[in-house]
Amino acid sequence: MRKAREKKPAPGFRQGESEGLGSRRLKERAASDYLRFMQARDILSLTPAGLYCPLADVHIDPLRPVPRALITHGHSDHARAGHGAVLATAETLAIMAARYGESFCGSAQAVRYGERVTLGPVGVTFLPAGHVLGSAQILLEAGGLRVVVSGDYKRAGDPTCPPFEPVRCDVFITEATFGLPVFRHPDAGGEIDKLLRSLALFPERAHLLGAYPLGKAQRLVALMRQRGYDRPVYLHGAMERLMQLYEAFGIPLGDLRRVEPGSRESLAGAVVLCPPGALQDLWARRFPDPVTAFASGWMRVRARARQRGVELPLVVSDHAGWDELCSTIRETGASEVWVTHGAEEALVHWCTREGLAARPLHMLGYGDDEAEAEAVAETAGAEPAA
Amino acid sequence: MNHFAELLDRLAFEPRRNAKLRLMEDFFHTTPDPERGYALAALTGGLSFRNAKPGLVRALIAERTDPVLFALSYDYVGDLSETVALMWPAPAPGGAGHNAAPPRLSDVVEGLSQTAKTELPGLMARWLDALDETGRWALLKLITGSLRIGVSARLAKTAVAALGGVDPNAVEELWHGLSPPYEPLFAWLEGRAERPESLVVAPFRPPMLSHPLDEEEFSRLDPADFCAEWKWDGIRIQAVRELTADGRRVVRLYSRTGEDITASFPDLCEDLLAQEAFVGTIDGELLVLRAGRVESFNVLQQRLNRKAITPRLMQEFPAHIRAYDLLAEGGEDLRPLPFVERRRRLEALVARLAGRRVDLSPLVPFASWEELAMARARPGEAGAGIDAEAVEGVMLKRRDSPYVPGRPKGLWYKWKHDPHLVDAVLMYAQRGHGRRSSYYSDYTFGLWRSGPEGDELVPVGKAYFGFTDEELKELDRFVRRETVNRFGPVREVIHTGERGLVLEVAFEGVQQSTRHKSGIAMRFPRINRIRWDKPPREADRLDTLARLLPRGERATTKAGKT
Repeated sequence: MRKAREKKPAPGFRQGESEGLGSRRLKERAASDYLRFMQARDILSLTPAGLYCPLADVHIDPLRPVPRALITHGHSDHARAGHGAVLATAETLAIMAARYGESFCGSAQAVRYGERVTLGPVGVTFLPAGHVLGSAQILLEAGGLRVVVSGDYKRAGDPTCPPFEPVRCDVFITEATFGLPVFRHPDAGGEIDKLLRSLALFPERAHLLGAYPLGKAQRLVALMRQRGYDRPVYLHGAMERLMQLYEAFGIPLGDLRRVEPGSRESLAGAVVLCPPGALQDLWARRFPDPVTAFASGWMRVRARARQRGVELPLVVSDHAGWDELCSTIRETGASEVWVTHGAEEALVHWCTREGLAARPLHMLGYGDDEAEAEAVAETAGAEPAA
Repeated sequence: MNHFAELLDRLAFEPRRNAKLRLMEDFFHTTPDPERGYALAALTGGLSFRNAKPGLVRALIAERTDPVLFALSYDYVGDLSETVALMWPAPAPGGAGHNAAPPRLSDVVEGLSQTAKTELPGLMARWLDALDETGRWALLKLITGSLRIGVSARLAKTAVAALGGVDPNAVEELWHGLSPPYEPLFAWLEGRAERPESLVVAPFRPPMLSHPLDEEEFSRLDPADFCAEWKWDGIRIQAVRELTADGRRVVRLYSRTGEDITASFPDLCEDLLAQEAFVGTIDGELLVLRAGRVESFNVLQQRLNRKAITPRLMQEFPAHIRAYDLLAEGGEDLRPLPFVERRRRLEALVARLAGRRVDLSPLVPFASWEELAMARARPGEAGAGIDAEAVEGVMLKRRDSPYVPGRPKGLWYKWKHDPHLVDAVLMYAQRGHGRRSSYYSDYTFGLWRSGPEGDELVPVGKAYFGFTDEELKELDRFVRRETVNRFGPVREVIHTGERGLVLEVAFEGVQQSTRHKSGIAMRFPRINRIRWDKPPREADRLDTLARLLPRGERATTKAGKT
């Protein structure tokens, strides 16, 4: 991963300029007066490959291979392999390299939070999104207009990544994974306590905890450590690499051990982290009388938990809940809101009621990881909301 | 309330019986009085709040949320209480109700019973403000009376019993002398006080239940070991008549789950009170008898679950007990005796009774299983006579069987009639709730009849179980693929003579109904088989059902027209 960070600037991108945001903006305003009256859609438009900025000739989180891409974060639905040049945070680049191999793109360029890169007439700045390690919102500035693409984000605290920084902008392009007012995520620590209480009550049962391998898994371990749980946490093989990557970036996760073949019977009373799909897998057999736990924002709705056969749902989400979506939109001061994916209808309705111009982008292909994508597809296939 | 809410939350997701028990035991162990007692009352269905209705909850949430957002949310969540619990806006910091202490369960129970109807909305709103999502969900489930957490009263009592290491039946037998919050019970179980015995004058004795007979078992059973009697299609009931220490007469009627239903049957009670020959406990079937003839379950149902027990109701639907067994007599516990001995005592007792409300369920004589099979097929010719329609099968009881509470193995068997079957056509499907909220799992089906423009399908019933999870997926796929119309949550699926899906529906009987277009309602319908192979044209006709109506109901039904 050191390698990824030291890579030479991609030929596709100009050398970044690390200059203060404010002064730069003033300068650019004077220089490009003719761009003054441009509209958001001149900066950003929706193409089959995803959001595209024609002025800078660059896509953001493209869904298919493109010549030049800005990547908000490392989840596989946002960060895909096969692009020409990629600009992202060093952490995101490292995650992509870990997932797809070092040659996941033609050339990679790392950018620091707050560092401004100019691409043609467009200033590009990555700012913390608080979603997972390395996750960023992307601020695009041109002709005096400021557009922020949020990527995925959350406002709740997370010991494994820097917190979301609200940015004033004219147009805010937000996710809405949990864009219904029933999704109010509780304090994650309280949910971890539920798990710890269950471990105390059922010390003879293994606690299988389903979690997305990037972000959620590390956050859960870090939260458990914060609450004084210092016993080993066991890992499904698919969890190991990203755990090591987080630790390499300076996030301590304590004693982590892989579930060795033939050792399952001895894991009574242990916490075993696995990808959500593994909960129903052959892999999950032979643990001693397992308690099936799953940490996800979807666990807020009981029917969802029951459909998956979850016995101990933990409502822990790496996405903004309803209240956070609304307060974030207000904080950005944006007068126009685009909603990329999730429950767009309710959020667009709320924006309209707040007097904001809002449009749903109905972007397919986003939705956190395979399991969340599956849950989203299920909802989409259900009755159209009345 | 939060502690209790967390318990309900865990119980709702935990499928294992033993884990449920452990969760409850832990709760009863760590929760102080009176909170745990009220929780026990809630878990055993012993709390009811007349004034708190879903309408009140709807009104409260409507005042606080945007209607569009509420509709979108309700549609997604699929459960009113849960939607409200999740959507309820937290009070603003600094505003009224912010950071208020959450109510205890005892506050809720006392508050609801003491608060006037007009003040209830305000009180509810304050509680909802002070609770978190899980707490609100539990509160709303509690007051609307639908916990649905997969815990029976019996299981809750079993958990309480474990607290003192006693048999659950010991708790069961005390139960009706106790009331929430059950402090004497907990004191006894924790060894802090004597068994609260004296409180129970006419106790409930948990009934003995039977296993369904697997016909292959006949080869292993000797007919000489068994008695047979009719299985009456009524309500299993326990009638207790006792004298208090000061000589007062007490009569109690219990359902098979131990619910005290005395107040619903003043006619029966009055008769029993006057029976000086009877001090003890009879196990029997509650039936409606008119002119000495047992009426069908449909008729009995019209007597049940009525709020007002009017003289007219009692006259039209006179309640009787057909006695099966005698569990106690004159202070003597007969349950350890063999069945034939108890039966002898029962026969002697019934012969001494003066009233006409209690009679004896006759034994069915048989020498071989073949002979019994004949009797089961034709009860009218085997002794049931004019009551044959109220017979739903035969019971087999080992002659030497003691009366063992619960469902012991190898002692009693029920050999019920086979269900009726009909091939119907799927017409509409609706999405289920809870676990099934993403599936079309409620099916309305119809039968053919002749209409003005030739044959037409008329809906006759609705079923939402009987299929496996795998079949549910296939049915759901079929519904989504073959939808021709949508009405809110309901989809109309194709149902012509050539295209559509035939469902084999099993049911226990039919009765007249004004609520169904067909004029007939099925009892206990469920999907028996999916007939992917059968063209809808070949499904059954409405006449098939109409012929099953009990005598007397046949002439008046609209179905007669076809």
